[in-house]
Amino acid sequence: MEAYISLFVKAVFIENLALSFFLGMCTFIAVSKKIATAMGLGIAVMVVQAITVPANNLVYHALLKEDALAWLGIKGVDLSFLALLSCIGMIAALVQILEMILDKFFPALYHALGVFLPLITVNCAILGGSLFMIERDYNFGESVTYGVGSGLGWALAITVMAGVREKLKYSDIPAGLQGLGITFITAGLMSLGFMAFSGIQL
Amino acid sequence: MSAVLLNDETKKVLVEPLISNNPITLQVLGICSALAVTSQMSTSLIMALALTLVTAFSSAAISAIRNHIPSSIRIIVQMTIIASLVIVVDQILKAFAYDVSKQLSVFVGLIITNCIVMGRAEGYAMKNPPLESFMDGIGNGLGYSLILIIVAFFRETLGSGKLLGFEVFQLTKDGGWYDPNGLMLLPPSAFFIIGLIIWGVRQWKPEQNEKVEFKIMPIAHGEGGHH
Repeated sequence: MEAYISLFVKAVFIENLALSFFLGMCTFIAVSKKIATAMGLGIAVMVVQAITVPANNLVYHALLKEDALAWLGIKGVDLSFLALLSCIGMIAALVQILEMILDKFFPALYHALGVFLPLITVNCAILGGSLFMIERDYNFGESVTYGVGSGLGWALAITVMAGVREKLKYSDIPAGLQGLGITFITAGLMSLGFMAFSGIQL
Repeated sequence: MSAVLLNDETKKVLVEPLISNNPITLQVLGICSALAVTSQMSTSLIMALALTLVTAFSSAAISAIRNHIPSSIRIIVQMTIIASLVIVVDQILKAFAYDVSKQLSVFVGLIITNCIVMGRAEGYAMKNPPLESFMDGIGNGLGYSLILIIVAFFRETLGSGKLLGFEVFQLTKDGGWYDPNGLMLLPPSAFFIIGLIIWGVRQWKPEQNEKVEFKIMPIAHGEGGHH
């Protein structure tokens, strides 16, 4: 149990996907102008991440890994090079299904999160989470923990960023630095803050 | 041949993304990998090359079949083409440059979701013939490469006193004068450098400046009134 807790804390803070691996930066910069929208996107990312990482884990271990097809009686087959294609296919399909389920059964939630769902397919944080899961060879339990944790970390980072940017627009910034430039520098300062967690040994 | 290759449209799509319409500093695309792989020049060069080739070939391929893709499933089709190309690049890197491939870790795979590739496929290749799309891919890839190389140059020289593994500044621990700036090897420095590059480009080309949402009124009395 302790291993799972430390993996969770590590995924949220120490190895924050947005601020120490720079994943999902495009949407991180583009959709962090308002706290409410940023939070909506953050929650959507967290939900999708919590579903796709374990799902990809199952597919990888049951079909793609070296000798994974042994349960079918096929030996010596290594399909792990297909992992990229299967991960992105899985993500695109799951996002589509999630969108349809939300639309049918939870219309209120669909209206809140619906606009973000197509954006999520091309969010590198989602694909990155699955690829890290494969690279680090997590088992199913770890992949669930990692999925939820890394999604939460990303949501936290974008919400904080939006909070800073809401205040930032009232400040007097040199014309050339206005907008994108100052956003990068702010993200850098936040990333410095998150570096402080890297000293924690778990 | 060169006359065909360099007509006005091709020249425009090849040169414009370098500075005046740079994918990173203006279109805000493909930032993730631009930040993550730039702590060394060698990884950045490989990444830049990989991305340029993937963008060019995926744009050409998508543009070649653009009239046969039903628009409702076009994202999936584009993704499949891009993912297949990335798998090829990934396998080639694993076969011929295993060390670099290990250092780049998941970032080669993440070319699939790099917004530059998708953005060019969706924004240009779906509407233009294959040759122009190919050139557009090369142009945008080069614009991305340019930023990557600038960032990597500063991070590697200031952070470890080396460039591509050759010594530029002799470090104090080897009896030289340069005390390496460790911050440059850490993630935040990439944000600062890109932020400053954007500032520099916009000072040079003020038409890229963003519209100010809130105009700050000059103060009538006291300091700070001279805007």
